[in-house]
Amino acid sequence: MKAVIFVIGYLILAPFVGALLDGVDRVITARMQGRKGPCVLQPFYDLSKLFSKQMIAVNNVQLLLNLSYLGFIVISGSMLFGGTDILMCLFLLSTADMFLVMAASSDSSPFANMGAAREMLQMMAYEPLTLLVAVGFYLAAGTFHVGNIIQSAVSPVLYMPGMLLGFMFTSAIKFRKSPFDLSTSHHAHQEMVKGITTEMSGPTLAIMNIAEYYEKVLILGIFALFFINSSWWSWPVAIVFCLAIYFMEILWDNVSARLHWKTLLTSCWLVTLLTAGVNLLILILMK
Amino acid sequence: MGKLSKSPWLLHYDASSCNGCDIEVLDCLTPRYDVERFGVINTGDPFQADILLITGGVNSQTAPVVKQLYSQMPEPKVVLAVGICACTGGVFKECYNIRGGIDTVIPVDIYVPGCAARPEAIIDGVVKAVKLLDEKKEKIRAQKGREEQPGGTYGSEK
Repeated sequence: MKAVIFVIGYLILAPFVGALLDGVDRVITARMQGRKGPCVLQPFYDLSKLFSKQMIAVNNVQLLLNLSYLGFIVISGSMLFGGTDILMCLFLLSTADMFLVMAASSDSSPFANMGAAREMLQMMAYEPLTLLVAVGFYLAAGTFHVGNIIQSAVSPVLYMPGMLLGFMFTSAIKFRKSPFDLSTSHHAHQEMVKGITTEMSGPTLAIMNIAEYYEKVLILGIFALFFINSSWWSWPVAIVFCLAIYFMEILWDNVSARLHWKTLLTSCWLVTLLTAGVNLLILILMK
Repeated sequence: MGKLSKSPWLLHYDASSCNGCDIEVLDCLTPRYDVERFGVINTGDPFQADILLITGGVNSQTAPVVKQLYSQMPEPKVVLAVGICACTGGVFKECYNIRGGIDTVIPVDIYVPGCAARPEAIIDGVVKAVKLLDEKKEKIRAQKGREEQPGGTYGSEK
């Protein structure tokens, strides 16, 4: 019953929470740059505008692929918040991303195609660590089942601090934050127009944005999983940590410049090896 | 305020400007003027833009680009000519390569004169463009009655 409430809560609230976080992000970013910034509700205004615009599609399949992207992310998030297998949830998340890559590859724009290629590079960069995190949860809690992981006596982060550090590093890719916003950027200063979203307009872009909000909440949910244990007070602690991590991502976004894709790959793999790899070795030796 | 007026996204194109107006346009994004507080985003993508902001007069090389950018923008859209060159051709009007203002190629809705146009004037123009966006939206709605938005594959008549 609890799982059903969580899934319904995720399905209904996640886009609102994601859009609100995005609005807060834009205000904080503006304040960091000495500007006033837009209203916190700006993402909602943007979404309603995008839905009211004329639908210009370069082909008929892009909208379907974008809807599949949204659908798979929603299923993946529901699996996490429903307390089922975390490994399956992460696999579905990668599948969802492949639909976005296909959506961008389906049109003739060289910018969108380049964005799609870069998106795949980004997947290569974060995927090893994401899988290691799932293995880490297994070694820490003895199960891949999210419902059982949150029932552990101590928070998994005590067994896997390295994995948390590594996941914080690579989740900048998922949040599309600088220095890893190669495939597309929330900021306008993009060297290849809008990258993966170049030929998405109006409702198609709005669907992509909603999917990103679902994904944002999903990633923050995985962060929360690091901190939650069987006691009730671990839940507010997890939420506070999630917000702190999100703030650090915004800070990092504002102090760093976009990297070359080779640097992205090598740095992500190096961090994966040094944080998650070493953490995994220690966990295996401990158990 | 309508939906469009709360989130106008700009596409800035330099048709043949001396960069004087371009710098003033970028000036609007800096902390002193900060147009993002109105929800304005300087997007580089015609597919996602609501307002086409053009600086400089049109020459024979940029005319097809201006036309293409205009055709790629979804309705409702507004064209804003910034600077005297974009309005009329300015001092370059008589040059052999210059066709004149932007309105020689595409319909212009709002003219912002000046050499270079001041950021205050540009913001004023954007605010007028935003009002016009809402009006155009209403017109489309009135024309279509209760029907859905016109749609279709890019390049088709619909």
